[in-house]
Parts: sequence; structure tokens; C-alpha cells
Amino acid sequence: MKRFLKIYLDKPELAGLALLIVLVLVFQAKSNGILLSFENIRGVMGLLPEMALVAIGVTLLMICGEFDLSVGSVFALMPMSMAVILNSGVPFTAAVLLGLMICGAVGFINGYVTLQFSIPSFITTLGMLFIARSLTIVISGGFPPLLPPDLPTWLFTDYIGGSPFRMSFLWFVVIAALVAALLSLTNFGNWIRATGGFNEAAASMGIPVKRVKIACFMLCSVLAGFAGLLQVLRLGSPLPSIGEGLELQAVAAAVIGGTALAGGIGTVFGAIVGTLLIRTIDNGLVLSRVDANWFKFAIGVLTMFAVIANAWMGKMSRKIKVEAHK
Amino acid sequence: MTTPIIECRNLQKWYSGVHALKNVDLTIHPGETVGLVGDNGAGKSTLIKILSGVHHQDSGEVLIEGRKVALRSPKDAMRHGLETIYQYNSMVPTMSIARNLFIGREPMKWSVFGVGIMDQQRMRAESIKAIADVDLHLRSPDALVGELSGGQRQGVAIARAMHFKSKVLILDEPTNHLSVKETDKVIGFVRGLKAQGLTGIFISHNMQHVFQSCDRIVAMARGEIVFDKPTAETSIDEVHALL
Ligand SMILES: Nc1ncnc2c1ncn2[C@@H]1O[C@H](COP(=O)(O)OP(=O)(O)OP(=O)(O)O)[C@@H](O)[C@H]1O
Ligand SMILES: [Mg+2]
Repeated sequence: MKRFLKIYLDKPELAGLALLIVLVLVFQAKSNGILLSFENIRGVMGLLPEMALVAIGVTLLMICGEFDLSVGSVFALMPMSMAVILNSGVPFTAAVLLGLMICGAVGFINGYVTLQFSIPSFITTLGMLFIARSLTIVISGGFPPLLPPDLPTWLFTDYIGGSPFRMSFLWFVVIAALVAALLSLTNFGNWIRATGGFNEAAASMGIPVKRVKIACFMLCSVLAGFAGLLQVLRLGSPLPSIGEGLELQAVAAAVIGGTALAGGIGTVFGAIVGTLLIRTIDNGLVLSRVDANWFKFAIGVLTMFAVIANAWMGKMSRKIKVEAHK
Repeated sequence: MTTPIIECRNLQKWYSGVHALKNVDLTIHPGETVGLVGDNGAGKSTLIKILSGVHHQDSGEVLIEGRKVALRSPKDAMRHGLETIYQYNSMVPTMSIARNLFIGREPMKWSVFGVGIMDQQRMRAESIKAIADVDLHLRSPDALVGELSGGQRQGVAIARAMHFKSKVLILDEPTNHLSVKETDKVIGFVRGLKAQGLTGIFISHNMQHVFQSCDRIVAMARGEIVFDKPTAETSIDEVHALL
């Protein structure tokens, strides 16, 4: 019993999951059953993969001890640059790859500047938030370029059969599984956790901490860019304003899912639970006819609550020694 | 005489203006446990950082088992069998014991270009054995290092060094911030090095500890070695008088 309690306390994402179930039940009742209706789930599942992919990238980066505020801007920059490249006659696959490479470059610059000049990544990526957003608007030429009509939406955003899930959901599941495996099964995942958990110790054990961090910065940007691509293919046009404020929601999702700001702690599953919680609250409040402006209030309270609860659970867990040391 | 396991010749190190090491010569033979003492800022940690590949000397050379080596990174030093344990402890508190033991040296199931899937079963099994080998009793290799006491953490760090067949174990103030009981445990580990056939370098400000566990005392002051005698031929008072 004690052991189970300890395992539970060590996994803040489980508490998030419990809260999610409660909220779903409450909103389901309050919305007279609309929340879990086919049409509503369909709507929620359109946005979920996009936000969750951003949250997963941010979580990965936070685990290795860094921070990225530029993901919302990169979310817009990737599809916009892809649209511009497409309009210059480059085929779709090449344009997507070029767009993702731009994201990789943005992530590299974030990491390189942060580490080379020992600046907090909070500041570096705050700068990149403005730079990438500005670039997005500049290359759009002030009005959104048209996307060619024959894009392979079947691969990204079409519904899978008669289900409420789009192809983007499949991408999200596969990518989430891959990142989770990277973290828990590979030696690189071990290095990421070590780097974020205690940078000096990792370095003294010969881990190339700077390269590990830069790789995480790049992965985070690429995931954000890919998520932006999914949204633009879903909406059908690359608006320069998409993803505004997404960076803070992604951080909130990560923190609500149990990721520690100090680094070293966090899970992909937690990021997904955090995202689901935010989406459910957003959607549930609307369906319950609560003034939509309460959404941000609720997320704010939840974020603070999550951090306090995590700290408390960690403390309780440490108090429980399952077996005495011999 | 046997070939020295470590030989430093004319080591010099500057930190932008600070002359931290001035022509340091030091020879250590296999199986010795050397106590390195000296006032704050004497250069002890600087010497150790060169031996562990964290810093590089500005001039002079390091020989390991008679061969000149370039220690460009902690990895290089570990490859030559030199493993260092710092006062802050080179363990990641948010990770399990098993994962900590193998940071940077994970046994792999398969990999491409050095990145791939770890053999976690082997990591757990081998860490259980490694910990038992240093006479440390912990409940599970999955416990977080952050939940261990300071002395236990240093024990795990020593188990790690032994598991990877290190020849020289360098301990830079490993007992700082530890309780008396925990300190005794770490001193016990240091004394046990000889029985395991390891060479040790033990840095401490506590003369009692050094005299209890080392068979040779080396003292540094202002970047130079000013004293070097077998423990049996000197006393705490003599070393104190000098510093
Ligand atoms: N990274 C660094 N940059 C600049 N100066 C340094 C650096 N590390 C050490 N020093 C300086 O070099 C000198 C030797 O320092 P070192 O850390 O080797 O001393 P120490 O003998 O280990 O002292 P302590 O007992 O306090 O640990 C000191 O004057 C210190 O201020
Ligand atoms: Mg020192």
C-alpha cells in the first residue's frame, strides 16, 4: 500500500490524469452531454495534436534544463516559409523539408546563442519570439499567400475513415511514442535527463552537455514548426498570426503535466495530460456557457496549483521510505 | 621500482593572471593512497582538474603508467582509468541509481553512431552487484539518488568508479557537508581502496581524516608542492606547522 502511494506521489502526471477525468465528468454533465459527443470530440481532436506536439517539444527541452518561448512564432514561421517556397514553384515535399530545416536552424541559433554567451534561454528565446514572428510577417508580404489546391491533406489533416480523428492525430501518436522512447530507452535520453538534472555532474561524466542541449533546442523548434504545418493544412491558409500565446500554453501544459522548471524531471505523457487538461477546460467552459474570458484565469490557477501540488507530492514521497535501509 | 601510475612533470596553470600551479612535480605509485592537503586556493583542485580532464595545463606533461597522455576531456581521463569524485558529488539526484551508474557509459542493445537503445536489464543487474561490492546496502537500483544520504551517494560514486575498473580514484573533498557518521563511511571507502588494488588521491581539509586513511601526505601552498612524506614518518603537527 505504502509502495503504491509512493509510486503515485512520484508521478505528478497521474494526479493530472485524475483531475482530467473529474473535469471531463463535470463538463459532460454541465454541457448536457455535448462534451463527449461525436461532433465536439471531432473539434477538440483537430487542435489537440498541434498543441500537444508543441508541448512535447517544450517538455523535452525543459527536461534538459532549458526553455523556449519562441515556439509560438516558429509555429507560424514554418508554414509561412513553406507557403512562400511552394509559390516559387518548389514541390511540396521539398518545401516541407526546407521549412523544417529553417526550424532546425532557429533551434540551433537559440541553443548556440544561449550556450556560447551564457545567456538564460528565457531571454534568448524571448528575442527569437519577436524575430521569428517578424520574419513571418515580412515574408508573407503583409497578406497571406495562397496555398496550391492540390496539397496532400490526406496525409496530414483528413479524417481517418468515419472517426473523429484526423491524420494529424496519428502523426501526434507516433511522434509522442518516439520522443517517449527516446527519453526512456536510449542512452541519449539518459544524457538529456542527466544534463537537466545536474549539469556539472553530467559534464564531469563526459556527457557533451552543450551538444545535448542544442539537439533538444532543435528538436523543440522542429516539433513546433511541424505542428504549425498541421494547423495551416487544417485551416487551409497560412495566417501570420497563428500560434500567438501558444508558447505560454505549452509551458503551462508541461508544468501541469509535472515537468520541473529546474530541469531533469518530466514526461511526454505528462505533456499530453497537461495539453488535454487545457483543451478540456477551454472547450468545457465554452460548452457550459461560461464567459470565455475565464479560460485564461482557469489555466493560470491550474498552473500555480500544479506546481504547488507537485512540490508537496515530492515532499510526501520522500517521507515515505518503503523499506528501511539496512 | 615499479612504473609510477601517475607522473606529473613541471605542470603550470594560469587562470587569467592567477598562477594556480607553479612547476608541480608529483609521482604516485600503484596502490598508494595519497592525502593531498593545503590551504584554500593552494591549487589542489586545479591539479585534480587537470588529471580528470576538466582543465588542461598550460605547460608540463602528465604520464600515466609511463606513457605521456593528453587528457582533453573527462572521457579521456576515464579511458585512462582516472575517475574523480567531487565534493558536490557527480551524481544526478533526479535519476535512479542504475541510470546514474552508467551515465555516459551505458551498455547498449544496439546503436548507430553511439546513440541507441540501452540494455536496462544489464544496467540494473550490474548496479546491484557494483553497490554490493563496496559493501553498501541499498533497497533497489531504481531508487532515486536524490533520496540517498550524502554518504550513500559518495558510496555509489565509488561503486561506479570500481565497476568501470578505474585504476586511480581521485576524491576532492568528498566529505564536505556530511555528518560525522556519513564521513566515517566515506573514510571507510577510502581505506578500502588499497584492498581493492586501487590507487587513491584524497583531498581534505581535515588532517585527522587524511592521516587515518592515507599512507602518504602531500601538501600544497600557493601553487607549489611544499611537503611530501609517508604518513608514518610525519605527524599532524608537523603538517599544520607548515601550512
Ligand atoms: N576557474 C577558475 N578561474 C579563475 N581562477 C581560478 C579558477 N579555479 C581556481 N582559480 C584560482 O586558482 C587558485 C587555486 O584554486 P584551487 O581551486 O585549485 O584551490 P584549492 O587548493 O582546491 O582550494 P580549496 O581548498 O578552497 O578547494 C585560486 O587562487 C583560485 O582562485
Ligand atoms: Mg578545491
